[in-house]
Amino acid sequence: MSKVWIITKRELASFFDSLIAYVMIVLFLGLSGAFTWLFGSDVFFINQANMQVFFSIAFWSLFFFIPAITMRMIAEENKAGTIELLITKAVSDSQIVWGKFLACLILVLIALLCTLPYYITISQLGNIDDGAVIGGYLGLILLSASYISIGLFASSVTQNQIVAFLTAIFIGVFFHIVFGVLSSSVRGFFGELFNYLSMTTHFESMSRGVVDSRDLIYFGSIIAMGILLSQVMLSKRNWQS
Amino acid sequence: MSIVVENLTKKYGEQKAVNDISFEIKTGEVVGFLGPNGAGKSTTMKIITCFMAPSSGDVRLDSDSIHTDPEAIKRRIGYLPENNPLYLDMPVVEYLRFTAEIQGVSKSNIPGRIAEMIDRCGLDREKHKNINELSKGYRQRVGLAQAMIHDPEILILDEPTTGLDPNQIVEIRKLIKDLGKEKTVILSSHILSEVEATCDRILIINRGRIVADGTSDTLRSQSQGQELLKISIEAAPSEVEKAVRGLASVEKVTAIDGKDGWFHVQSKPDASSRKEVFDLCVKNKWYLMEMSGQETRLEDVFQKLTK
Repeated sequence: MSKVWIITKRELASFFDSLIAYVMIVLFLGLSGAFTWLFGSDVFFINQANMQVFFSIAFWSLFFFIPAITMRMIAEENKAGTIELLITKAVSDSQIVWGKFLACLILVLIALLCTLPYYITISQLGNIDDGAVIGGYLGLILLSASYISIGLFASSVTQNQIVAFLTAIFIGVFFHIVFGVLSSSVRGFFGELFNYLSMTTHFESMSRGVVDSRDLIYFGSIIAMGILLSQVMLSKRNWQS
Repeated sequence: MSIVVENLTKKYGEQKAVNDISFEIKTGEVVGFLGPNGAGKSTTMKIITCFMAPSSGDVRLDSDSIHTDPEAIKRRIGYLPENNPLYLDMPVVEYLRFTAEIQGVSKSNIPGRIAEMIDRCGLDREKHKNINELSKGYRQRVGLAQAMIHDPEILILDEPTTGLDPNQIVEIRKLIKDLGKEKTVILSSHILSEVEATCDRILIINRGRIVADGTSDTLRSQSQGQELLKISIEAAPSEVEKAVRGLASVEKVTAIDGKDGWFHVQSKPDASSRKEVFDLCVKNKWYLMEMSGQETRLEDVFQKLTK
């Protein structure tokens, strides 16, 4: 059995034992359900058989939920000293980070899986664009993975979970809105750069059903960057002076 | 199988926590790291267990080096860190299973290993509790159990008895002694009696350097040098003191505080004053009530070396 999976299993068990998983899933479903079906510009208000409403709600709720999941992952181990115990077992730093990353991603996937009834219901109401739905879900998964890797990095720089949460939100908010806002107010090369860096650009094109390699590269690089930096923070103990 | 530590140095900024330490530990030895707090014991252990890299130097287990094969080394070592950090939200059995899996114990052996550890560490009644429900003594046993779960050749225990009550200390020491029969054990402590009771060999570390290395007996005899006697003579104390001081082989006489007629007599190097003291008593018709040789205590050796 792979070392990564052993760590993932333990983290998942700890999510479900500590109720974090249930609270997160219930809150996520409650929030996205309420706004998809009951309040504001819900499915009945816009009167179209698509999942745009749900996707734009999830785009925001995941932004806040994911740092709440990731904040304890490494910060708590740093504080309790269990990180020493984990590192001195026969695993590498990268296996530890990937194991934790995978556990968070699986938890988010479970939450997203619970929204499949939304799709089934809406598809009964009219002709739904399956391509857009698949693209939208894929976009949500990639977006979550990006924020998880950012959250893990934020968790690895501190012993304090609140600091980890706020750091993750702080880094995330640039990708989530700041770059988008900047791109509309700056012209030329920087305008395009900010537009490319904005999560919104990539997520919106995906939730319309267009999956471009540019988007995949974008999400892939954020994930790789977050994981790499978390590993660097973990191995910092080696050259710290 | 032996652990070879070569010119190990670890710097924190300008300060050297470990300063050019070299030693070798052979299979089956129980070695105690002894030293005042902050001497570099824990840092040395953290380097051997691959938790942190040294600034320079190397640790090798046979042909594996901490620089090139950390995972191979980690698999062969069982480590109990200082303060015994554990995942408090996990039940004991689950925690041991996790440790066994991650240390690469084959799946079919895991239940057997867990059962053996629970039996050996006396955790049977607590095995289904969460670790945060356990008392400190039982947590320490869980810490030992997780260190031994993959049957490592080497056990490294950083202050294994801190915070335990005297009965628990005795139990843990007994466990360590049993383990020492089949495994190489390195433990650290700043309690002398503990190291003396459990270890075959003692390394005294101070300010990042090894200042003494040997069995408790060799350490004692190294620093002994001059004979020290404790005597009790029934006669006028001032007279006795004067007379004893006049003996040829005696260097120093000091009255023992609070005890009339008792003295510490230090002989000159390579001389024994036992016979002369006896003859003196016979000559003056004093009663010699007691005369005993004083063994140098390990505490004295320690204090002398780490001042």
